[in-house]
Amino acid sequence: MPNPTHRAERVSAPEGSVVFEADVLVIGGGPAGTWAAVSAAERGARVVLADKGFCGTSGATAAAGTGVWYIDPNPALREAAMADREKMGGYLQDRRWMARVLDSTYQHSNSLADWGYPYPVDDRGKSQRNSLQGPEYMRLMRKRTKLAGVTILDHSPALELLVDDDGAVAGASGVRRQKQDRWTVRAKAVVIATGGCAFLSKTLGSNVLTGDGYLMSAEVGAEFTSMEFSNPYAISPAFGSVTKTLFYGWASFTYDDGSVVPGAASKGGRSAIARALLEGPVYARLDKADDDVRHQMRVSQPNFFLPFDRTGIDPFKDRFPVTLRLEGTVRGTGGLRIVDDSCATTVPGLYAAGDAATRELICGGFTGGGSHNAAWAMSSGAWAGQGAADYATQVGPAVGRSLRSAGAVALRSRQRRAFAPAALARAVQAEVFPYELNYFREASRLQGALGRLDAAWRDVSEADAADASEIVRAREAAAMLATARWMYRSALARQESRGMHRRDDFPDQDSRQRHYVTTGGLDEIWTSARPHAEASYAEAAE
Amino acid sequence: MIEVIDGERCTSCDICVNVCPTNVFDKTDGIPVIARQGDCQTCFLCELYCPEDALYVSPFADQAQPIDLVALKQTDSMGSYRRAVGWTDETCDRRGVDRSYLLFGH
Ligand SMILES: Cc1cc2nc3c(=O)[nH]c(=O)nc-3n(C[C@H](O)[C@H](O)[C@H](O)COP(=O)(O)OP(=O)(O)OC[C@H]3O[C@@H](n4cnc5c(N)ncnc54)[C@H](O)[C@@H]3O)c2cc1C
Ligand code: SF4
Ligand code: SF4
Repeated sequence: MPNPTHRAERVSAPEGSVVFEADVLVIGGGPAGTWAAVSAAERGARVVLADKGFCGTSGATAAAGTGVWYIDPNPALREAAMADREKMGGYLQDRRWMARVLDSTYQHSNSLADWGYPYPVDDRGKSQRNSLQGPEYMRLMRKRTKLAGVTILDHSPALELLVDDDGAVAGASGVRRQKQDRWTVRAKAVVIATGGCAFLSKTLGSNVLTGDGYLMSAEVGAEFTSMEFSNPYAISPAFGSVTKTLFYGWASFTYDDGSVVPGAASKGGRSAIARALLEGPVYARLDKADDDVRHQMRVSQPNFFLPFDRTGIDPFKDRFPVTLRLEGTVRGTGGLRIVDDSCATTVPGLYAAGDAATRELICGGFTGGGSHNAAWAMSSGAWAGQGAADYATQVGPAVGRSLRSAGAVALRSRQRRAFAPAALARAVQAEVFPYELNYFREASRLQGALGRLDAAWRDVSEADAADASEIVRAREAAAMLATARWMYRSALARQESRGMHRRDDFPDQDSRQRHYVTTGGLDEIWTSARPHAEASYAEAAE
Repeated sequence: MIEVIDGERCTSCDICVNVCPTNVFDKTDGIPVIARQGDCQTCFLCELYCPEDALYVSPFADQAQPIDLVALKQTDSMGSYRRAVGWTDETCDRRGVDRSYLLFGH
């Protein structure tokens, strides 16, 4: 157990604010953030974790639960698990990282068992560890985070990072929205674990995920990668929020008149559903599930049935209307670019984990069907926490460092009137939700959307600071806007179809484009190509 | 979206105010209020944490739905999610019944 005296210290602060001194600040308290916090504390670091919502219920995992890429350490099974998804991911995965994540996920899942997670036991008495119930898992992670001596700030969205004179990241500040005051954490290293960006689409548990960590990181010069792989859409009842897709593997999909939508399927046929939805309503019925499967479904994912039970629909017998909700980078693979095994970003002192970081290393350009994201969240979380703690030790005593706030949009006084966050969020949604723009991409449509998004950015970057009651919403909307621009700029740069990225004008995969697209910038967005690891290894060997 | 807090059952423990990830509720001197219904993300988590089964989240994510609380209390909807995941004393054996491992890979 870590030394309980190793706690972040609350120092005196002006009226209306609280200030902490810590070694490591973790922003975001989902699986990635809690694993980061626990792992940093185990290394002896003094840690603060700040979450926008409540650490334990907030984020995609807490609400949804996840399958986990847990594979017994048997070489044949591991090899098959790695090979299985390479084609779907467009051959952009990196075997070395896949192997690391499989090892680490195996260890961390076993720790969860030791900590009391109630894994089910199968008929042969074997504990089954490839699924985690969200509320149960995240309640346990909150408990472990507290036990490790971490100071948790709930309902405390971070707004901007702090940097020192050399440009190294040295903390962050934000608001405590239930206390109407501000927080600042001066730290030697920061882990961004703010999840992905789902553009307020109401996909399950994800309205707290607006890309805030991306915006803050971009303001200190961080880079992103694989942002074109950011257009997964998940199936849910048309009226509801439960975008859990596994059970739609047992569904038939039909038009209004009852005839079957050709080619429609949850796996491998979701684009047929999107095309049909462009024409009119689409219905589903889980009529391929037998009685045994129905029972297993009920006990495994009780929340899947809430929308049905509460509206009197029998999903196995009745047809119900479905929709596709955008999940952006939550079940996409784009995010902050990490540059080494400790999940460091390109900016000193800044680490990234979970959906805030790219998942290209283990998923390439596709993650639908889950499991890899959860494995990545726990693995990258632990690595980032350890990396940040070690970096903090190297920095040494940080007395007398002068720190500067790095945030800009919506935070600084400017010429023009402050912008309206809700209207901006809707304007971004209008560019990223439509299937004809984002599901099915094409150069002139992407350019049209980018023109409008870039114009919106020029407006908001000249707008005045938002007032206290609007500040969180304003930063969220600005983060969504920035994310949409990295996403579409990268989508234009990849002139082929690969992974989840589909170009109507380039329908085939092009073997010469087996590379990663890096992007960054705020006023001017740039992209560039980076070789895939195998190509760079080959070069190094020459 | 969150639709009601049942004033008869609620003990003003304020747990829901703490746990709601999108900060929908406000504390008062008594029973919390649904202060920002439009921010509700229909995640059902407040229901899981309410020890009194005093909350009801309607499954309609995009529109508010007026609820007849008296009629609702005659159904078993309130607290149904909490019972299903095994977070009540009577149902705690359900915490370990996840059968997802039989369903993956379909
Ligand atoms: C419906 C659904 C089903 C899924 N199923 C699977 C599956 O079966 N298998 C799988 O592997 N993956 C699945 N995923 C993906 C998986 O949930 C995510 O990959 C995982 O939750 C990522 O963990 P995270 O900690 O990075 O982010 P999250 O769990 O999303 O947590 C991010 C946290 O950051 C906080 N935050 C955000 N902004 C700020 C800010 N400004 N300041 C402070 N805190 C902030 C949020 O409040 C939140 O608590 C699913 C996702 C969804 C939506
Ligand atoms: S959690 Fe339940 S009992 Fe507690 S304040 Fe909220 S509604 Fe009332
Ligand atoms: S359903 Fe979720 S978002 Fe809505 S009030 Fe309850 S906890 Fe908050």
